[in-house]
Amino acid sequence: MIALSGLPAQILHLVLMLALAPLVAGGVRWLKARLTGHRGASPLQPWRDLARLLRKQPVLAENASPVSSAAPYLALAATLVAAALVPGFAHGMALAPLSDLILIAGLLALARCALVLQGMDAGTAFGGLGAARAASFAALAEPALMVALISLALLAGSTSPEVIGGVLQEGGQGLRVSLGLAAAALMAVALAENARLPVDNPATHLELTMVHEAMLLESSGRHLALWEMQGALQLTLWLALLAAIFLPFGTAPAGAGPLAWLLGLAAWGAKLAVLGGALAAFECAIAKMRVFRVPEFLGAALLLAMLAAVYLFLSTGQA
Amino acid sequence: MTAALALLLLCLLLLSLAGLAATRHPWLPQLVRYGCAAVSAGFAGLGLAGLALEGGAPLLLPVGPPWAPLSLELDGLSAFFLVPLGLVGLAAMLYAAARETAAMPRRLVPYPLFLAGMALTVLAADGITLLLGFEAMSLASWALLAAGHVEEERREAARLYLGFALFGAACLIPAIGLMTGLAGDFSFAALRAAPPEGWRAGAVLLLVVAGAGAKAGLVPLHPWLPPAHAAAPAAGSALLSAAMTKVALYVLARLLLDLGGPAQPLWWGLPLMVLGAASAVLGGLRATQETDAKRLLACSTIEHVGLVALGLGLAAALRAADLGPLAALAAGAALFHLLAHAVFKALLFLAAGEMLHGAGARRLDGMGGLIHAMPLVGWCALAGAAAAAALPPLAGFAGEWLLFQALLAAWRVGALGFQILVMAALAAAALGAALGAAAMLRFWGLAFLGRPRTPRTLGAQEAAPLPRGVLAGLAGLAALLGLLPGPLLGLAAPALQRITGHAGLPEFTLLSVSASAPAADYAPLAVLLLLALAGLGLAALLRRLSPWPSRRAPPWDGGFTAPPAHLPFGDPATQPSAAGFAQPLHRMLGATLLAAQEDLRAAAPGDPAPARFESRFEDPAGRWLLAPLARGRDRVAAVLERLRDLGLRQFIGLALGTLVALLALLALWPSLWPSLWPSLWPSLAGAA
Repeated sequence: MIALSGLPAQILHLVLMLALAPLVAGGVRWLKARLTGHRGASPLQPWRDLARLLRKQPVLAENASPVSSAAPYLALAATLVAAALVPGFAHGMALAPLSDLILIAGLLALARCALVLQGMDAGTAFGGLGAARAASFAALAEPALMVALISLALLAGSTSPEVIGGVLQEGGQGLRVSLGLAAAALMAVALAENARLPVDNPATHLELTMVHEAMLLESSGRHLALWEMQGALQLTLWLALLAAIFLPFGTAPAGAGPLAWLLGLAAWGAKLAVLGGALAAFECAIAKMRVFRVPEFLGAALLLAMLAAVYLFLSTGQA
Repeated sequence: MTAALALLLLCLLLLSLAGLAATRHPWLPQLVRYGCAAVSAGFAGLGLAGLALEGGAPLLLPVGPPWAPLSLELDGLSAFFLVPLGLVGLAAMLYAAARETAAMPRRLVPYPLFLAGMALTVLAADGITLLLGFEAMSLASWALLAAGHVEEERREAARLYLGFALFGAACLIPAIGLMTGLAGDFSFAALRAAPPEGWRAGAVLLLVVAGAGAKAGLVPLHPWLPPAHAAAPAAGSALLSAAMTKVALYVLARLLLDLGGPAQPLWWGLPLMVLGAASAVLGGLRATQETDAKRLLACSTIEHVGLVALGLGLAAALRAADLGPLAALAAGAALFHLLAHAVFKALLFLAAGEMLHGAGARRLDGMGGLIHAMPLVGWCALAGAAAAAALPPLAGFAGEWLLFQALLAAWRVGALGFQILVMAALAAAALGAALGAAAMLRFWGLAFLGRPRTPRTLGAQEAAPLPRGVLAGLAGLAALLGLLPGPLLGLAAPALQRITGHAGLPEFTLLSVSASAPAADYAPLAVLLLLALAGLGLAALLRRLSPWPSRRAPPWDGGFTAPPAHLPFGDPATQPSAAGFAQPLHRMLGATLLAAQEDLRAAAPGDPAPARFESRFEDPAGRWLLAPLARGRDRVAAVLERLRDLGLRQFIGLALGTLVALLALLALWPSLWPSLWPSLWPSLAGAA
């Protein structure tokens, strides 16, 4: 019954995620341009790019294997399932019982593996370079993510973002230091996972400095459209995830009806806008790191996450 | 059921005898291999049956010394470990029947003995039988390695392996002796009734972790593992990695968690946790650096064994802290992961054998683009690699999910030091798992994708029907295991009961597994369904939105010009090599953990000589363990060498001195001897 009552909200959530993803990516790009004194393309530009790519015939490399044509579907499907598991404007949606941060990380890893294999498929220099770097960054981001999870799991007794958001909404006063540290760690992981500055520059045109884009150099047509959509959806997913955990107020219960949904939608839109704006401002203020400095960045995230957990161990031990 | 298992063991002994006569009858070798496969299938079937039904009383064998008759018993833990042993044995022996048809007895005889040794270890119901099986397993697997002694690399690997096997025996035999104590009853029931205490407990823990850990490949006792796996034939590597390390883990679980464990303090699990976490990181990192396919897979074995050992250690600690359900969760994670690892690692090693057979290369730099030449092997290897990389919804993910859940809940133990240790272990496990995933991507991507790196690669052929069937069967099994963790852990309840005193969780259901009622669920079937729905939905949508067929063209490659005609596969230098793909992690983590170094010798400007680049790394165990050991051996040998120059008088003095010392020992402690050999003494005294 719960699943049935949550179904309309779940469908609306998925449609919204898909519709908003290019807008979020385009909005961040537009805001960055405005903040640096450029006019910037309209936030709708990613949607226009997608439509244009879908009209084009895909070109595959001569020695490309079926991996090149199957990987984008697999990656977007995995990201889509992960996006369905993240609470959005409502909580308690149809798939809420499946929601789990480790599973979401696993599904995103599935998408990333598909991307890495796509990068290696044609056997080109840049694709392999990007694949090697992406795989290395992912390996370094994983410990920070898992250790940040300790604090959340300790507070909520669960790794489900639904439950964590619910517990944090009810309020755990005096534990905010830990949460702040864990949030900082998760944000660093999010930057690395989404190939944003300072780990990777999404706007670069120089192949040697590319990580994410280098793996897509051989994609075209609908395959490239799928990859672009996957990237945008993953960014939106991370923003929604951070909002669901650290800004859990204002979400509507999934079965509450359209009026409550509207309020939830407004709150969710505002949260995404704030986080997207923060991302744009951060990216304007920082330069890309050398590839071999990235371990220090992610190592700092790991240390923050560990500090958060130790604070919690100490405070729960004394209580 | 135990009698049937004893009969199967006897069959294996007869098969090894038949192997000796293999050169005389051309049909005998195949009979031996298929016989081994059939016996292995019997092991797997009886193991499953033993999990479902309760096994009977121990079966006393009519062999062995009178004071300690050998005995077999099929309890829950034994039955569970028989399943991976049987499955891997079946797959490996079928593969050997297809690929290793050369009928040299020295390559044939070790197989049945190896299988028999492993099964005897798992089925043993007393310490002596366990040791007998363990040593038979060690020697038979050494014989398997030494059969390839014509090559220096294999000789070296076999020698190193024998050294570690002897070290394992030297640790395990006194450990069993200490556990038995002065009572003299070696049966598991007696050992369980009197777990070691005080200093004996510490010594047993140390000796068992060192002895069985060396066989399992736990850091720092792992240096034998990569060369041994690379030296063995494909079926032998599959058995070593997928079955033998599991038997070593069984010995750890049996001696430390079942027999020695019930009333131990918190620190009982710590050595396994620390070594397991270290193995996960070091194995994963080395797997991202190795350029030889089989060594890479062997290092990934170290990583997965580390994760399993971490789960076992965590279970012991949680049990000591009276957190029964959590201990069952951690042990369930360990058991599930080792079963999954047995299946996907057997698959990967057999696929590596097929790659060696088809493409003639073991080094990743000799492969590339194999997916076009051997598609079925490629897809099966992808299933294994994805499972090893812990991608949902495959087998590797379920085990690691359970392990992470157990680690995330282990803060409940309360002691701050333990909490911090668990946090470090969690970070190490996550790092190791992610490094393992990167290594698996590198393995599969370099071997099967891209352009051929040598002309020989183009001549690769698809596998023959039998190996193809074995690979496909293992791939299907890996997928099935990943989808059904709940029922499997339900089936493993007797094994969990044995090692944690808690028969699993009620949250292990058909559709989902969970750490506790409020914690998050993992429902692999639902995840698969959602993934399939999303993927098919996308495909249908895109077919409508963008129906254009794709076109083939030369790769864009950032706008580089097409390669000249004399380079049909393009410029080989522009495709990442095995070392090139490893370079980011080589610098990021390798410099600190593996003493990685890079040497770039560029020619002076104007000099047309090519630039040379060399990158290398060294396992810390080699530098800190093997090198000092070798130096010590040389020093001892030099001292002993001096003994040879003694004169006749000194020699006689030495012999006499030893005799006098021994007699003095006996005279000083006359009561010592009967108490050391209580059952033996009366019979000796009677004979005298």
